[in-house]
Amino acid sequence: MMRRIGNWLEERTGMAELIRPVMSHLVPRGSAWLYVFGSATLFAFILQVVTGIALSFTYVPSTSQAYQSLKFITDNSALDHFLRSVHYFGASAMVLMVGLHMLRTFLFASYKYPREASWMSGTVLLFLTVSMGFTGQILRWDQTAIWSVVVGAQQAGYVPLIGPAIARFLLAGETLGGATLGQFFALHVFVFPILIVALLAPHLWMVIRNGISEPPKQGRPVDPKTYVAEYHALLERDGVPFWPDAAWRDVVFAVAMIVVIVGLAISMGPPHLAAAPDPTNLIAAPKPDWYLLWYFGVLALIPHLLTPYVIIGGPLVVFAVLFFFPLFARQGERHIVRRPWAIGVVSIVIVAIASFWWLASWEPWSPRYDAPPLPPQVVGTVSASAQTGAQLFHDQGCEDCHRIGKFGGFRGPNLTYVGNRLTGVELTWRIANGGYNMPAFGGMLSSQQLNDLVAFLETRKPSLTTGSK
Amino acid sequence: MTDNPTNPTAETGAAGDDTGRRKFLSRLSIGLGSLAALIVGLPTVLDVLKPMVAKEPRVWRKVGAVDSFKVGQTVEVSFENAGTNAWAGKAGATAAYLRRDGTNSFTAFTVNCSHLGCPVRWEPKANMYLCPCHGGVYYANGDVAAGPPPRPLARYPVRVTQGNVEILTTPLPIDGRVPRSS
Repeated sequence: MMRRIGNWLEERTGMAELIRPVMSHLVPRGSAWLYVFGSATLFAFILQVVTGIALSFTYVPSTSQAYQSLKFITDNSALDHFLRSVHYFGASAMVLMVGLHMLRTFLFASYKYPREASWMSGTVLLFLTVSMGFTGQILRWDQTAIWSVVVGAQQAGYVPLIGPAIARFLLAGETLGGATLGQFFALHVFVFPILIVALLAPHLWMVIRNGISEPPKQGRPVDPKTYVAEYHALLERDGVPFWPDAAWRDVVFAVAMIVVIVGLAISMGPPHLAAAPDPTNLIAAPKPDWYLLWYFGVLALIPHLLTPYVIIGGPLVVFAVLFFFPLFARQGERHIVRRPWAIGVVSIVIVAIASFWWLASWEPWSPRYDAPPLPPQVVGTVSASAQTGAQLFHDQGCEDCHRIGKFGGFRGPNLTYVGNRLTGVELTWRIANGGYNMPAFGGMLSSQQLNDLVAFLETRKPSLTTGSK
Repeated sequence: MTDNPTNPTAETGAAGDDTGRRKFLSRLSIGLGSLAALIVGLPTVLDVLKPMVAKEPRVWRKVGAVDSFKVGQTVEVSFENAGTNAWAGKAGATAAYLRRDGTNSFTAFTVNCSHLGCPVRWEPKANMYLCPCHGGVYYANGDVAAGPPPRPLARYPVRVTQGNVEILTTPLPIDGRVPRSS
């Protein structure tokens, strides 16, 4: 019975005729576990589409109600709660898999002839994936989200000439308002997913047309004149059908990925919702989700004068380099051992991103507003003037950026033992006049206050701070 | 380019006429299709992009009676935006820092750090604004004291009318055209 229905359908649709060659096309042997990240990205994307559609049944894209609907999704319905978690960890998985897919493609030099266009479409897909992450975070529409919109608009504002227009587009006006959320909802739910699908189609078609790249061998450089013929000869000699010889690994890995996503979703729950969105509530510290956190660190640490150039030039240069470089490296050796510069580039990029990540995770540049007054055991037995100075150290905001013992911020130098380094005159001069990253307090402190503060700082020597360690 | 000999339509009509006719028909189809795409596509694109050029009215908003502010003090005030929608909820309001400089003189600062727009916090004891994002610091007069901000805190036009302090609604300070404080 099923067979007859199948035959009836096949006669009219030809679906099997269409799919069979795709399934049975020959792929090079040895294309093992490192080749699973592309399909894993695709599966993560499908997971995002499915869970995203499900969430849209409940989510209300209204500036005044989105937060309440998210609260409802998170707190009132176990299944919505689960889906929101999966959507978040699915997004994380998609970003991670895109990264690994790209890393593998680069290290195997699979972007060389005839697969340059695969890499180029992949570059656009990478930026679209990150854009989906950013716009998705905005749909959370909490304090962090609305201030992230402001930060996004401000960054766009650095673009020459059209910057303010782009910023107004993101805000849907001149300020945050009732129309702002609609922009991000439309981008996240319609525009970017449609662009992703539109680019995925050729990206996947080219896998069929050009075949997956064979594992690189030393001394077998790509020569565009002969490569295609050699590749087909290799398949004839030693190829295996894609289904199931290669596809089973894709399936196993994707299933493992989904199990991990579901496990994380159940054990960790959806991302934290900050306070309700309110542009007049200034207690907010917008921070991107993990995959862009390192960039947040970059923006804090680049030399201040370079900021406008890095904000605009940085992403543009990264995109242009990624997008165009296969055109300049379309032939030659593919094996990593013969491409030492590739190892260098990858190592530098990974170390740089990891460092910025680590820094952005504890933000040493950010003032510690909540640093408590220094306790007596840290202040120690000092003169009355120095006692007052210790209080000023907290009240005047010194402690927001400077550390004494285990208390205070990290922005400025640690002052635990500053009495060993600087004399009273030097301290007075520095506090009054400020420095590169130090405000000048000359106009804000009375001379008595300045004297008290310096009196306190002069006592900061190893012998007096025994209680602080 | 190869005609299918079994195709009956290809056999009818003179072969010589067909090339010109087909050229005409394909051009006609592409032309008409482009026209249709244009007459609905252009308004669609313009509609989506219209926030880029939309101008909102400037309105003076009361933020409090003059007497409710102490000379020398900086406080947070808020006011309704000019061109906001009914469904904006709280997102339709803007906050500002207001400082009473003298009997009838006020300065109103935007709350947005000039670096990337994060909300700066006024620290009354320290007499400075501190930005939580990347550590920008401003003096009480809005000038940059430390950190990455490239410009002083932007200011709103502010006036005193009939015993009330009023702030003029102003776009988010994203375009860099900010009055420099002395």
